[in-house]
Amino acid sequence: MNANSFDSSKVTPLGAPVRRKEDRRFITGKGRYTDDLARPGQTHAYFLRSPYAHARIRGIDTAAAAAMPGVVAILTGHDLAADGIRGLICGWMIHSKDGSPMKAGYHPALAKDKVRYVGDHVAVVIGETLNAAKDAAAAIAVDYEVLPAAADLGSAQAAGAAHIHDDAPRNTAFEWELGDKTATEAAFARAAHVTTIDLVNNRLAPNPMEPRAAIGEYDAGDESYTLWTTSQNPHVARLVLSAFVGLAPENKLRVIAPDVGGGFGSKIFIYAEETVCAWASKRVGRPVKWTCDRSEAFLCDAHGRDHITHGELALDGQGKIIGFRVKTTANMGAYLSTFASCVPTYLYATLLSGQYDIPAIYCEVDAVYTNTAPVDAYRGAGRPEATFLVERIVEKAAREIGQDSAEFRRRNFITSFPHQTPVILSYDIGGYAASLDKALELSDYANFPARKAEAARRGKLRGIGLSNYIEACGIAPSAAVGSLGAGVGLWESAEVRVNPTGNVEVLTGSHSHGQGHETTFAQLVSARLGIPIDHVTIVHGDTDKVQFGMGTYGSRSGAVGMSAISKALDKVEAKAKKIAAHILEASEGDIEFKDGHFTVSGTDRSLAFAAVALNAYVAHKFPTSEIEPGLKEGAFYDPVNFTFPAGCHICELEVDPETGTTEIIKWVAVDDFGAIINPMIVEGQVHGGIAQGVGQALLEGVRYDAEGQLLTGSYMDYTMPRAGDLPSFVVGMTETRCPSNPLGIKGCGEAGAIAAPPAVINALTDALGTEDIPMPATPATLWKIAQGQIARRAAE
Amino acid sequence: MSAPVPLALTVNGVEVARAVAPRTTLADFLRLDLELTGTHTGCEMGACGACLVMMDGVPVHSCLVLAVQAEGAVIETVEGLSERGAIAELQQAFHQRNALQCGFCTPGVLVNAHALLEHGGVPTREDIRDALSGNYCRCTGYEAIVDAIETTARLRAGAEGQP
Repeated sequence: MNANSFDSSKVTPLGAPVRRKEDRRFITGKGRYTDDLARPGQTHAYFLRSPYAHARIRGIDTAAAAAMPGVVAILTGHDLAADGIRGLICGWMIHSKDGSPMKAGYHPALAKDKVRYVGDHVAVVIGETLNAAKDAAAAIAVDYEVLPAAADLGSAQAAGAAHIHDDAPRNTAFEWELGDKTATEAAFARAAHVTTIDLVNNRLAPNPMEPRAAIGEYDAGDESYTLWTTSQNPHVARLVLSAFVGLAPENKLRVIAPDVGGGFGSKIFIYAEETVCAWASKRVGRPVKWTCDRSEAFLCDAHGRDHITHGELALDGQGKIIGFRVKTTANMGAYLSTFASCVPTYLYATLLSGQYDIPAIYCEVDAVYTNTAPVDAYRGAGRPEATFLVERIVEKAAREIGQDSAEFRRRNFITSFPHQTPVILSYDIGGYAASLDKALELSDYANFPARKAEAARRGKLRGIGLSNYIEACGIAPSAAVGSLGAGVGLWESAEVRVNPTGNVEVLTGSHSHGQGHETTFAQLVSARLGIPIDHVTIVHGDTDKVQFGMGTYGSRSGAVGMSAISKALDKVEAKAKKIAAHILEASEGDIEFKDGHFTVSGTDRSLAFAAVALNAYVAHKFPTSEIEPGLKEGAFYDPVNFTFPAGCHICELEVDPETGTTEIIKWVAVDDFGAIINPMIVEGQVHGGIAQGVGQALLEGVRYDAEGQLLTGSYMDYTMPRAGDLPSFVVGMTETRCPSNPLGIKGCGEAGAIAAPPAVINALTDALGTEDIPMPATPATLWKIAQGQIARRAAE
Repeated sequence: MSAPVPLALTVNGVEVARAVAPRTTLADFLRLDLELTGTHTGCEMGACGACLVMMDGVPVHSCLVLAVQAEGAVIETVEGLSERGAIAELQQAFHQRNALQCGFCTPGVLVNAHALLEHGGVPTREDIRDALSGNYCRCTGYEAIVDAIETTARLRAGAEGQP
C-alpha cells in the first residue's frame, strides 16, 4: 500500500491538508514505542506501592522476597539515599501573599520514612522476568503505622486534619494572589448586580492510551546512562535528572523519547519510576525496564484539574462587567509535581479576564496538599479551569439580568488590541465577535427556541450552551516567565542540516506524540526551501541528536517550535544566497530565492537549491576564508509574547428525563488559531480536545474515599468518551494572524478541552433550568435533578 | 504450575511452536516471544481494545486470552493483516482521513474495523460507532475513524457493484 499518498514528491504549500508522513509506521504496526524496545540482558522492574494513603514506614523486610527465584535486586529509599540521589522537584517557584516561598515537601523517588498516597513508591523489585519481580514484591513485608489521611480537598486545611508534610502547616503549599484587591472591592461597592457561583472543577486522569514506560541502561565502560522513556520533553527530563536529582552529569545521560502514544501533559513530568530505572541500571549492572499498567497509571500518573472555586461577578446597571473576584482552592495531591505550582496560578488566574473587558480582577488561590496522587498539568492546564469559571459565571449573569447570553458576551467583549488585562497578560490580537457570529450562524442559534419546543413535545429537555474561551499558549518570553517563578526558559531550538544532495534533516526540541510534527514541520521546510516534502526528515526526542529543547506542551510547538525552524531557515537561506552569488558571479544583493531557485535578479541565471547545497559542501567555487563550507544552521527562538487562541464553541444537547442520558445533538466549534499550516491536523486537534472536554463534563471523574483509597482505578470505574458518546463536529475557523511570531501561529492543541466543559454545562443548565449541575454530569446525576423537578412540579 | 508448557498455533500464516509459562497472555506472547509489537496493551482488562487481534476469524482481546488458550488457533495481528493486504483500503482511508494521531490505539481499531467490514455491506455511522464501543481512542474524538471506516465500506460495496 502507499501510505504516503499525498504527493510527497512535491513541494507542500503552507495551509494545505498534507497527509501525515508518520502514518505509515502506525497503521502497519511498526511504531516503536518504549515498551516495544528490548535491550540485551534487560531486567524488569516492579514497584511495590503503598496500599495506604498516609502511613509511616517502620521497616521493610525484603529477606524472604530477595531469596525468591529470578530476583536480581530489591531496592528501597535507603539505597537511593545512600547513592546520593536527591528528591524530585517542582520547577516553578510560587511565593505566597506574605512573600514566603512555596512549601515544597520533600519528594523522594522511593519513600523512606513515610508514604503519602495510595500508590506511593515503597520499593522496587528487579527481576529476571516481570512475573518474578511481581511474585517477589508480594513477599516483601512492610511494617506500616497507618496514619489518618487528609484525602478531601475541602477539609484538608482544617484544624485537626492529618498533617502531610512537616514544613507545610495547614497542608498549604502556598496562599497566592493576583490582581488589584482594592480596585476590585471598589467595583463591587458600586455594582448594580452581583452574580455568584460555586464550582468544583472535577479531578481527571489524563489517560494517554500508551501507559508510561522506561528502560534505564548504564554503560560501565564510559560511565554513562541511557534512558528510553515516554516523555514529552526529554531534554527537560535530562536536565532535572542531572542538575536536581543528581543521577548523572548531563553529558553522561542520554534521554530518548521514541514514539510516544499520547501525553496530554501527563508525560511532561519527571516521575519516580523513570528515575529509579535509570539509577537501578547501574546498581544491577544490566538494563532495567518498567512498563506501567493501567491500574498503576490511575494511581500514580499526575492527575489534572481538581479545584473548588467561589466566584463573584460585578455588573453595572447596563450589564457591563466591572469586577471579578475569585477564591480557588487547588488540590496539589501529596507532592508538588514538576510543574504543579504554575497550573492553578500563572496558567489559571491570568486567564480570568476571558474574552471580556473587565477593569478589575482579584484572585486568591490556596494550593493544598492531600493524601492523593500529585496533580499537575493536563490538556489546557489551568486555562480550562479559568474558562469553565468565566463562561459559567458569565452565562449565569446574563440569565440573571435577563439578557440573551450571546448578546451579553458581545457587549462585554474586548474589541481593541493590544489589550492589557488586569491579570498580567497583554492580548496581542483577537476577533471575538467574528468567532461568535460565525458560531451562532453555524448553530442556527436564532431558531433554537423552536427546536427546544419541539423537543419538549417529545418529552426531551433541550439546551444550548455557549463557550467563548481564550487560552494563552507559547508561554514566553523567557525573562518574563522567569520573573514569575519559572525555573526554565521557554524558548525553542531548531537545527536545519542540509545534506550535500539537497535533502534536509531538521532537529527540533519539540516532541511529537500524536501532533503530527513530522508532517507540519516538514511542510514548513518544504514550502520555504521549495523542495519536496519527502526530502525533509524531522528528528526529535533524543538528547544525543538534538542539542537542547523544551519539548511539547501548552500548544507551543507550532508557535514556538516552528518559529525556531523558521529562524534557522532564514539563516540557511542567507548563507545559501552568499554561495549562490559566488557561483552565479553576481552580487549577493541581487540574488533572489523563490520556488527553490536562487536567481540573479532580472536574469534567467539561476541555481536550484540542491545545486547550491552540493556546492556548499564541495566548496570549490567560493572563498572559504569568507564563507565556511557546509550548510547547517541553528536557532533558538524566544517569543516576544504569549499567543492567544480564542473562539466560540456551541453545544446543543437533549436530556432524557426518564433515563438522565445526554445526547449531544450538534457541536459547533469556531476557532481563531491564527495562521494554519495544516488544516487537517488542526481539525484533528480540535476534535480530540472537544472529546476530552466532553469527557470532563459528562463522564470523567477521579474519586477517592475518605481514607484516600482510589475508587476509580480502572476503566470499569473511570469512563472516557467512546465513539457512541460523541457527535460529529462542525468545525469553522476565523483568523486573526498572530503578530507575535514570524509564522502568525497561535496554537490549537488544547482549545477543545478548554472550550468544551462550559459549553456542555451551559447547555445542560439551560435544558434543566437549574444552575447547579456538577461535573461529570452523569446520567444518574441528571436523572436525579430531572426527577426532582418533576416531583416538585407535581407537588405544586 | 508455572513450568512452561508447549504451545503450537498459526500466527500471520506461519506455524509457531514454543514453550510458554501458563500465565502468559496471548498479547505478551505475541509482543515478547514473537516480537510482534504492533499489538499494544493499554489496560490489561479488555476495555481499551489496543490489543485486539483476529483469532480464528473473530476479534479478541489478546490481553484476556492466555497464550495456552490459543493452542491450535489461527491468529492474525495488524502486521499479518497488513502484509497480506487485507486492510489496505482501511489503512489508506485512515491515512487520507487523518483517523489516527499518536497511533497507539490504531492497530486495535484497524483489527476491529476489519472484523466489522468482513460482514459485508455498508454499516450506518451509528453501527460503526457501536462497533467501536470496545476501542478507546484518546486523540481523535472518533469522527475521523468513523469516516474512514464508512468510506472503506462504501468503496468495497461499490467495487462489488452494490449500492
